[in-house]
Amino acid sequence: MNEVKDSATTITFARPQAFSDMVTHYCPGCTHGIIHRLVAETIDELNIRERTVGVAPVGCSVLIYNYFNVDFLESPHGRAPALATGLKRVSPELIVFTYQGDGDLASIGLSEIVHAANRGEKFTTIFVNNAIYGMTGGQMAPTTMPGQVTSTSPYGRNVEEAGWPMRICELLSTLRTPGYIERVAVHTPQNIVRTKKAIRTAFQNQIDRRCFSLIEVLSTCPTNWGLTPCEATNWVQTNMSPYYPLGVFKKPEPRIEV
Amino acid sequence: MTRILMKGNEAIAEAAIRAGGVHYFAYPITPQSEVGEYLAKRLPEVGGVFVQAESEVAVGNMLFGAASTGKRVFTSSSSPGVSLMQEAISYMAGAQLPVVIINIMRGGPGLGGILPAQSDYFQSTKGGGHGDYRLLVLAPASVQEAVDLTMLGFHLADKYRNPVLVIGDGMIGQMMEPVEFPDKYDEPALPAKDWAITGAKGRKPLITKSLFLDPYALEQNNIVIHAKYEQMKANEIRFELYKVSAKNRMLIVSYGTMARICQTVIDDLEREGVSIGLLRPISLWPFPEMQIRTEAAKPNIERVLTVEMSMGQMVEDVDKAVQGKKPVDFFGRTGGIVPAPEEVRERILKLLDGKMAK
Ligand SMILES: Cc1ncc(C[n+]2csc(CCOP(=O)(O)OP(=O)(O)O)c2C)c(N)n1
Ligand code: SF4
Repeated sequence: MNEVKDSATTITFARPQAFSDMVTHYCPGCTHGIIHRLVAETIDELNIRERTVGVAPVGCSVLIYNYFNVDFLESPHGRAPALATGLKRVSPELIVFTYQGDGDLASIGLSEIVHAANRGEKFTTIFVNNAIYGMTGGQMAPTTMPGQVTSTSPYGRNVEEAGWPMRICELLSTLRTPGYIERVAVHTPQNIVRTKKAIRTAFQNQIDRRCFSLIEVLSTCPTNWGLTPCEATNWVQTNMSPYYPLGVFKKPEPRIEV
Repeated sequence: MTRILMKGNEAIAEAAIRAGGVHYFAYPITPQSEVGEYLAKRLPEVGGVFVQAESEVAVGNMLFGAASTGKRVFTSSSSPGVSLMQEAISYMAGAQLPVVIINIMRGGPGLGGILPAQSDYFQSTKGGGHGDYRLLVLAPASVQEAVDLTMLGFHLADKYRNPVLVIGDGMIGQMMEPVEFPDKYDEPALPAKDWAITGAKGRKPLITKSLFLDPYALEQNNIVIHAKYEQMKANEIRFELYKVSAKNRMLIVSYGTMARICQTVIDDLEREGVSIGLLRPISLWPFPEMQIRTEAAKPNIERVLTVEMSMGQMVEDVDKAVQGKKPVDFFGRTGGIVPAPEEVRERILKLLDGKMAK
């Protein structure tokens, strides 16, 4: 934090301690950076930086470990929930979170996230849904919208062939095992505030050793959507949020004695 | 030390616990399911961790996460399961993590069968996953040796920060033999685990990874891990000689259960006046290449015979070791068929008669 000597100035915005001073590599208008910041602020506010371990995905956020001031593991594509399970089971005192894209979590790593959630592993997942494979150059993801043009759906996603976009929060909330599942977005300031609250709840659940938590964040990929940053945030509002409704899908029930 | 009668799979499980390997992640598969069943009961008693994962893909990656903490972690599986772990094994080799993987091999390829085989020599020693890496591979020939090598495996994994494979065929897992466990596992001191993920308290953050986008950094990581492989070659070659003498006409190279059957054959032939010696590799990687070369080059040795429960895998390394100085022959059965001593004996006699010269 830079100390400001000028008495007329008050600091209202500073770099969270959980952040390193590296400049991120994200494209202009990409909301990965906002989501990173909300996680970092939460880690600071809950005072858990020194016992937090992140698990990085394979995707555009693969280098997330450079941007945080916490221990990190870099996982194979989709396997972050398995790494997090291993970590948390042998070192339950650590606060473990995975940060995963929609190709990573909803496609190649679907089995790992479903089973981690079903076992009720007590870690936190930040799931960034930008309806596309960003890192590999804009291919179709399981979350790509019907009719959406990508480099592997050049005529638009055909739901007859590719099926409908997968709704991960809805899918995971069918599990009987207690968990916290919420979908949020970061395309407006109001939504950013709500997302911060959701992320905080998810980490608090872990601190309290309560349950598995997953926060799905609707995110932008202006580069591969072929839109300007402003058009991209509008696209989240008009195209994504009607199909991916925001809200809490599952809350841990009060403990039932068996 | 107490001597008890135990099934191989259960003895391996107990050996792991005695070596401090109390964090176990696995998925059931024949012929080693007793390892997990034993541990499901025992680990809660010793305050350990037992997780039955959803697949061996997940097992490998759970080990990856758990091993990064510096705690002793392991799994057991059989051939098809170990195939699914290759992703994580490659990542763990790249990220330099210690882990012990027990493979009680069955016949392949594909789903193959559930009976004993030595079909995974290539997968184990030549790098079953992607990239430029090696595993330390240990091959026991008895239940006692399975116990000893499992314990040693944990030590070597920590010593070199590298995955260790202990491979036994189904016989090792299923047979019952008397075993002794040391009262205390005595091991030489190990370097401090300053790489372990514990949370960045009072130190800079640590990153456990195998990703190096800068080609010079990636090459450097490969140079570092290859320097360890050279050390392993210098320090960790293990083998046993059986009835090797200047009277031998033939040298047999064989490992695991197959080597024990060869010992029976060698004893029988000795009584008939035919002298044969055996070199049994215990470490399959690093491979006792120089030792085989030396033994094979002795003037009394007419030929070298490799015997395996496979269609011929280790024989390629024996061939390389012998460097064409003596004929190298192969005998093997596969599919879960364990060669009978008579078959091996007959092959030896035919070879020495010159009828089956290659
Ligand atoms: C086993 C494996 N298969 C494929 C890849 C290539 N790959 C890298 S990132 C990626 C997709 C990432 O997309 P997503 O998870 O949606 O994240 P984003 O880049 O959009 O943030 C793929 C397919 C890989 N690294 N590993
Ligand atoms: S490609 Fe898309 S997801 Fe990746 S950094 Fe750029 S905008 Fe973000």
